[in-house]
Amino acid sequence: MSRYFGRKLGIYALTFVVAVTLNWIIPRFMPGDPVLRMLTRTSVSNPEAIAPMRTYYESVFGLDVPLWRQYLNYWVELFQGNLGVSVWLFPAPVADVIVRAVPYTLALLLPSILLSWWAGNKVGALAARRKWLDNTALPVSYALTATPYMWLGILLAWGLGIVAGVFPVAGGYSFELRPQWSWTFVGSLAQHWFLPFLSLFMVAFGGWAIGMRNLIIYELEADYASYLAALGAPRRLIRRYAFRNALLPQLTGLALQLGVLVSGALVTEIVFAYPGLGHLILQAIQNQDFFLLQGIFLFIVIGVLAANFLIDIVYVLVDPRTRTGMQGAT
Amino acid sequence: MTDTEHVVEAPGVPALAEPVAPLVGKRREALHFALRNRKVVGGAVVILAFLLLGLIAPLFTDHGPNEYVGPPAAPPSADYWFGTTTFGQDVFLQFANGIRATFVVGVLGGVLAGLIGMTIGFVAGYRGGLVDELLNMLTNIVLVLPALAVLIILHAYVGITSVPMQALFIGLFSWPWVARAVRAQTFSLRSREFVDLARLSGMRPIAVIRREIAPNMSSYLFMTFILLFGGAVLMAATLDFIGLGPTDVVSLGLMMNSAVHWSALHLGLWWWFVPPGAAITAIVGALYVMNVGLDEVFNPKLREM
Repeated sequence: MSRYFGRKLGIYALTFVVAVTLNWIIPRFMPGDPVLRMLTRTSVSNPEAIAPMRTYYESVFGLDVPLWRQYLNYWVELFQGNLGVSVWLFPAPVADVIVRAVPYTLALLLPSILLSWWAGNKVGALAARRKWLDNTALPVSYALTATPYMWLGILLAWGLGIVAGVFPVAGGYSFELRPQWSWTFVGSLAQHWFLPFLSLFMVAFGGWAIGMRNLIIYELEADYASYLAALGAPRRLIRRYAFRNALLPQLTGLALQLGVLVSGALVTEIVFAYPGLGHLILQAIQNQDFFLLQGIFLFIVIGVLAANFLIDIVYVLVDPRTRTGMQGAT
Repeated sequence: MTDTEHVVEAPGVPALAEPVAPLVGKRREALHFALRNRKVVGGAVVILAFLLLGLIAPLFTDHGPNEYVGPPAAPPSADYWFGTTTFGQDVFLQFANGIRATFVVGVLGGVLAGLIGMTIGFVAGYRGGLVDELLNMLTNIVLVLPALAVLIILHAYVGITSVPMQALFIGLFSWPWVARAVRAQTFSLRSREFVDLARLSGMRPIAVIRREIAPNMSSYLFMTFILLFGGAVLMAATLDFIGLGPTDVVSLGLMMNSAVHWSALHLGLWWWFVPPGAAITAIVGALYVMNVGLDEVFNPKLREM
């Protein structure tokens, strides 16, 4: 088991190093001059002002020392929690800006991922044994899983938000309120949260339902299912065994889908102007705030890696084979 | 390598096609069943219809998709089938051009990701040993890296100027699951007698992979490409929607981006944002359904059901 975790952690550590290195390399070695772009953005017409600004930005980027030194410095700064200063919200540090947005993104992601996974598995398993449900749930699921996240968000915002007027369509809470612990504020939060949550939930749900349905059918054809049936075991028992076995690949699937789910949350936030990381990305792009963009990138990578590790732990808990060390998820 | 992994990587895909000697006969048989499978035919019809629309419709007009040709914010009519934007651009024209871009990005991105994934999977599975370890590590790293986040950083710094360039970037980050699945299948094919025979007869490794191993997975590889196609389309739409796609070309994602940006939702211009998303859903959905149908065609076990 320790070997299993060791391997996993090794991969995650390597991935983190790769991500940080990418984050460091891309601005430096890619065509295009980010310093110049930042300068043109400020649109200084006075040529005398450009030179000092250039040296300033270069020292901020740490471009005035040898490359290996820059790379080392980058890591040192990172471990001090210093991700630079936001250009958009100058002079707020990038880390602060991100930390303020993260709760909103998590509040969307966690419930939608967990609930869609749970509900999708349940419905998928049910669909595998009832023809009528299979014939209705399956096409719907295929349509949902093919839907771009932002489009479903737009449709819900337009249909339920603007036409029906039931839900607000922008922001994390009502613009008239200040963040505080009161019932009106919490109610407003929940109201603004619901539609983005719903659209994330629906798209993800389709994929899980299809996956579970196919896995159950596959499991019911396995030898153990036929053997149990031959022994005269009740169908419910066989179904339960099939469900438990099918849950394992679905758990692996959850780990593989994390990146897609996160990107879905990002664009959904953009549709609803929900004040999470997705909204920040949009602002960072529109304001050419590269430090902020890179900081968000690192945060997302760390979040996905942590979630992967959590799933690995859950895997050990639900799959006895990984515990005995005989075999297991790779 | 466990059984479970197999299933996850290749949902609804035949575990392993049995090597059948007469390849031509097998192909004819597959075609025979494919033409009689409602899912395959239905999916193919939808995709072909969109492809034709994207290819033909822009030819019948002499102005570009971004030109201001009509009255502003007009609802769908005989003149402007999908209405016009707040600026008087023809939505149908943008839509048809966007479908073009969607197909380009899907095919190029899918082919590129497929090629990378197959190469890495074949080499890792066939060579084994240290090469396999290293390639597997690379695969796992790219697999956990959230692709969209990397693409956003790349797009923001490099700037995307054309659709093929966008497809290149998408392809570069969407191959890992293909590599893993191909590696697993190569692994199990490698020890079969016919592969041993080919090796003993002095064939070079590349020839063994190309002539003996790959043909046995051709149906699987084709289905992989279909899934990659759909994935690339969704990814491109996401990037375009964020505003990181090529801006000189009209794409479906960009249409949704401008619709939201110019508050089409509040103005009630539903004809501006409904068609692009519906087209993406229809194309990707048709690809998925076709994939399920092909699964039934290639896998006789499912066919009987």
